[in-house]
Amino acid sequence: MSIAATARPRTPLTHNPRVRSVVYQAVLCAIIAFLAWGAISNVIENLTRTGIATGFGFWNNTAGFEISQALISYSAASTYGRAFWVGLTNTLLVAALGIVFATILGFVIGVARLSSNWLVASMAGGYVELVRNLPLLLQLLFWYNAVLKALPAVATSVALPGGGFLNNRGLYLPQPIAQDGAGIVLAACVVAVIGAIAFRFWARARQRRTGAQAPVLTTMAGLIVGLPAVALLATGFPFTFDYPEASRFNIRGGMELLPEFTALLFGLVTYTAAFIAEVVRAGILSVSKGQTEAAASLGLTSGQTMRFVVIPQAMRVIIPPLTNQYLNLTKNSSLAVAIGYPDLVQIFSGTVLNQTGQAVEVVVITMAVYLAISLVTSLLMNLYNRRVMLVDR
Amino acid sequence: MSDMAGTNDARKPFVREAPLAALPPPVRTDGVLAWLQRNLFSSPLNIGLTLVCVALLVWAVPPFVRFMLIDAVWDGASRADCLVTDARPAVGACWAFVIERINFFTYGFYPTPDRWRVDLFFLLLAVGIGWLAWLDAPARRWALVNFFVVLPIVSFILLVGWPAIGLPVVPTEQWGGILVTIVVSVVGIVFSLPLGVLLALGRRSTMPAVRLVCVVFIEFIRGVPLITILFMASLMLPLFVPDTWSPDKLLRALIGIALFASAYMAEVVRAGLQAIPRGQYEAAQALGLSYTRTMGLIVLPQALRITIPNIVNSYIALFKDTTLVFVVGIFDFLNTIEAARLDPKWSTPVTGSTGYAFAALFYFTLCMAMSRYALYMERRLDVSANR
Repeated sequence: MSIAATARPRTPLTHNPRVRSVVYQAVLCAIIAFLAWGAISNVIENLTRTGIATGFGFWNNTAGFEISQALISYSAASTYGRAFWVGLTNTLLVAALGIVFATILGFVIGVARLSSNWLVASMAGGYVELVRNLPLLLQLLFWYNAVLKALPAVATSVALPGGGFLNNRGLYLPQPIAQDGAGIVLAACVVAVIGAIAFRFWARARQRRTGAQAPVLTTMAGLIVGLPAVALLATGFPFTFDYPEASRFNIRGGMELLPEFTALLFGLVTYTAAFIAEVVRAGILSVSKGQTEAAASLGLTSGQTMRFVVIPQAMRVIIPPLTNQYLNLTKNSSLAVAIGYPDLVQIFSGTVLNQTGQAVEVVVITMAVYLAISLVTSLLMNLYNRRVMLVDR
Repeated sequence: MSDMAGTNDARKPFVREAPLAALPPPVRTDGVLAWLQRNLFSSPLNIGLTLVCVALLVWAVPPFVRFMLIDAVWDGASRADCLVTDARPAVGACWAFVIERINFFTYGFYPTPDRWRVDLFFLLLAVGIGWLAWLDAPARRWALVNFFVVLPIVSFILLVGWPAIGLPVVPTEQWGGILVTIVVSVVGIVFSLPLGVLLALGRRSTMPAVRLVCVVFIEFIRGVPLITILFMASLMLPLFVPDTWSPDKLLRALIGIALFASAYMAEVVRAGLQAIPRGQYEAAQALGLSYTRTMGLIVLPQALRITIPNIVNSYIALFKDTTLVFVVGIFDFLNTIEAARLDPKWSTPVTGSTGYAFAALFYFTLCMAMSRYALYMERRLDVSANR
């Protein structure tokens, strides 16, 4: 009996994979469409019943509330739209500063965990374990309520060296005020950074072409520190400081950091740094021992081994999860709402939502902002990954 | 090389003529001193670091111990017992406050005569988790069914109530404290795993519509902060359903948490699925297994097994994230601490710190236990993989 000779049996339609796949997908789409239709019709019905306005008309209405910290001009007479931008800039401010400080602290602790010094390594390990196993919200409440709010009142402010004050209303620091010629110093800073980056590119290209190395790090550091310093001296230090002055009930002048801001920044930095430390440690450990040994047998010093062999390879492992941590920090900054720092969520999903009652529009806008930040970051990450992976075999 | 040799005096190659003297034996190779020298004082830099660390410890540890234990107040009835007086110049943690409020921290406003139901729930949960986590437990196959099917139903009846069998209904507004924290976490844990598996499978599906839906859901949830999802659940969800349903406040937060946790779980499971070699799928197909059987009998058991440490880690993150229900006004453990802290009866300068210390102890113990278990599983899986 030969199998090849018999005609292929007709499979019933219900067993045809293609038909099945189409049916499944159609059913799924139908279910989603049904749910969406139900939700939308319910929303319309509920809103008309309660008489809440719909649409984005509220954007241009007067907000009528004050915001304790605004990077752009804002008053109670400004619009809800303006309040949105204030919240967004406040979120971006705390996220940007948090990322910088968390990176520095995280790298230090990550390297410390690998130290040959037992005490350093175990203290860094203890820090990471402690911080990672406590909820961020608890840490923020602790810093805000138990530490910053427990500071002395205005009348008995703690005077800091250098002319600052610390009390339960915040941290007051001297504010630099630009005089004539400050523009030149600023320009010098910009030129120095651009020059340093250009030099690095040139040095890289030359090394690839000729093999000759240039002292990249020292030159870059020299440029970035030296040029502004020269400009400062040449223009005769064009800054004066506005020192805060303490009186019995108030502190005038200077630069004020809200306790909410300080607590949020501090909490985010210490929390994220613990996660970054783990990322850094894993990255460094991922470089195989053979690489270090090969570098040693080539006669590189331990510093050179780190700089030219270990770190470039570790960075490839570190950068993707590091970006993830940056995104987490940005998203976690929304916990500001619990301690009253005026970030996007607190202003927009809090005050604006309560005043307008337009939950759908407000929550959708807030989510869209975070989603946009996340998607743009992951897009950049994918581009970076593709570039780095090309180097790999 | 050759021109260097030509420059100064050497037609002579570099050859040592007399053997070097033997090095002295190392002074200490074991014992406390050797360990100290090797690990703490091996170089000037390390000596400096060690001294800095010791200074830091001396600065931080004694005041901490004094606050938590030595100066702490263990019994008392009101704030007066935790205030600084002439007789008591230093006051540490006010544990009397925690001891007096422990029932409030555990049950919230759950009616006192019905609190045995909460205790029973805790007990059943502990047994369920123990059965699941103990790898050599008897009838372990049933532990999963128990945890993911039986336990949720029994707990629901127990906590919410069922008048027909003599358990009066307790509305969720009266729930609070550790009970709510545990309920929110367990709901997240129980729902996120099956939903996460489905989403992960959907994301790897060959059907474009299914894949698209799963990718959009996962990336959307992971791209926004949990707080905005909780806001959405608590403010927008009531608008999405007919007026008559008006879902319970706690239920809304639970839905938010479950959706959030399942998106993260989906990515964890997907990583596990990707680690299963293609040959496994192909072998299953060659045996003529259907998709459901391939996944259910061949791929998922292997994928989930190697993912257990990561699943536990994402449970730790979920457990910490449950504190955020605070923001939408759910009376969880942290929220009861805040409420008790602000209560005038116990309002002293140390009440806040004491409450936070107690909360920290609670979260730290449970998170640490979970992370140790994850580590233990990882080691065990490593061993069985290397056999």
